[in-house]
Amino acid sequence: MENKYVIEVEDLTKKFGDFVAVNHITFKVGKGEIFGFLGANGAGKTTAMKMLIGISKPTSGEATVVGLDVYTKTNAIKKNIGYMSQKFALYDDLTVKENINFFGGIYGLKRKEIKEKTEVLISELGLENVANSLVEDLPLGWKQKLSFSVALLHDPKIIFLDEPTGGVDPITRRQFWEMIYKTANEGTTVFVTTHYMDEAEYCDRVSIMVDGEIKALDTPSNLKQSFKVDSMNDVFLKLARG
Amino acid sequence: MKQFIGFVKKEFFHIFRDRRSLFILFGMPIVQILLFGFAITNEINNVDVAILDHSNDETTNEITQKIAASNYFSIQKINSEQEIEKAFQKGVIKAVIIFEPNFGANLIKTKRANLQIVTDATEPNTANTIVSYTNAIIFKYLSLINLDKKIPYAINTKSRMVYNPELKGVFMFVPGVMTIILMLVSAMMTSISITKEKETGTMEILLVSPIKPFQVIVGKVIPYIFLSIINATVIVLLSVYVFKMPVEGSLILLAFESILFIITSLALGILISTLSATQQTAMMISLMGLMLPTILLSGFIFPITSMPVPLQVISNVIPAKWFVIIIKGIMLKGVTIMTIWKETAILIGMTLFFLLVSIKKYKIRLE
Repeated sequence: MENKYVIEVEDLTKKFGDFVAVNHITFKVGKGEIFGFLGANGAGKTTAMKMLIGISKPTSGEATVVGLDVYTKTNAIKKNIGYMSQKFALYDDLTVKENINFFGGIYGLKRKEIKEKTEVLISELGLENVANSLVEDLPLGWKQKLSFSVALLHDPKIIFLDEPTGGVDPITRRQFWEMIYKTANEGTTVFVTTHYMDEAEYCDRVSIMVDGEIKALDTPSNLKQSFKVDSMNDVFLKLARG
Repeated sequence: MKQFIGFVKKEFFHIFRDRRSLFILFGMPIVQILLFGFAITNEINNVDVAILDHSNDETTNEITQKIAASNYFSIQKINSEQEIEKAFQKGVIKAVIIFEPNFGANLIKTKRANLQIVTDATEPNTANTIVSYTNAIIFKYLSLINLDKKIPYAINTKSRMVYNPELKGVFMFVPGVMTIILMLVSAMMTSISITKEKETGTMEILLVSPIKPFQVIVGKVIPYIFLSIINATVIVLLSVYVFKMPVEGSLILLAFESILFIITSLALGILISTLSATQQTAMMISLMGLMLPTILLSGFIFPITSMPVPLQVISNVIPAKWFVIIIKGIMLKGVTIMTIWKETAILIGMTLFFLLVSIKKYKIRLE
């Protein structure tokens, strides 16, 4: 039986000592959805995301990712998700091909598979001329697109993007969102945190976190309607100022 | 397993593409061993010594000749007390040997003659050595002229320096340098390479991937084990073939103990990397927290027994101290594991301790 939802979270909480970083959040993310996870710095969105990707244990509450429990099945979850952080973490001192090989390898892809995927990926991104250059010599925008593609190498069911477009020029950002759309259309769920409120408009649904709690969750147009404003930016400001 | 091999391969790429780390890995050992072996030495050779001979008789000339004939000194004559100060200040001599007037006559008449050795003690070790070498030469001369005479009582001290009969300084430095280099390569390089992953954010990516955290750590450490073994081998070869240092004990035991110490250092490196967030912190901790105590407190330059008691106590927690004892034992004295099992056990204990603490710290970070 195929579940409609790939992420189900109920009352998920994370405390560091007395500090409640994530306070009883509840939400569901459907298959193939682009889910925007918004919030100011320190609102708890990174902490929440870390619990979902299996590198932080929740204090209480329930959560499943691709139907797997985040308390007990982190290893299985890891095989089914992709992750890209704001740092575009590829190895600067490895070439484009070596990076692809390496990450394909640690996700357990077969050599033949890696080889095929490498070719497809390099031609799709137009990196033929730099396939054997070190990643550090690439422009930031390329690095980031490469980083995204590498995170998708093992065909994950969900890709988590942690502020993927920080510090990139508008054109690259646009191209990047085109890649996100394409990915979502192919059936991969995209879970993305961002600062940019204009990007929030591109999402199917957004949740807005303030002080560890989810204060709003709906489609961008519904949110704008219910807050009676014209842009997501205003929605966010209204919420953040209480 | 295949993902693990890929990981190790990646680690080698990192190492071989970074000139700085390559130099530290392979340049440093050779430079250090040659430096310590040739430049830093307690032996004296052709030290400039002046003779001020107020007597200038047969006896003083004979003694002067004996002194000149040794390889330790190169002799020059001076003629007045005033010249001494000047020569010292210019640094052209390290010591003056002064014969009193009528030295030879006094020796025969009163059986007692005076000779003064003035040394430039700005370098205390050299000064000491000059005095003892000169004494030895004069004592030898004295016993030579006493040969045919009857002396009521005489105690002859015959000293024999075992394990290092020629008192070669390099015998002392090789174990020390080997220790430092293994420590540097293993602890500093691993801690830097692990924190580098943290700093660039790749560690996070690895933690989110199916590769297990311990595989990450072991994968990062394995290349350094290989490189450290190569380093240790190069150092032993250099010391045996260039400095004629013996390996009296078992080579297998030497290899085993070296690998043990490499693992101890790697464990320390892992511990450091769990404590520091950036490469710079890791480097500072390694240099200040490891290198200095290793150099100063391991007993390789300064004897531990002549340190103040608190430092002697502290020296016990320095892994290098135990390793220096172990390799000196194996290389110079030819001891077996029966003699150094205690030191070996201490190193094993320390390694386990470092690993346990690291695992604990690592877990806390993941919570």
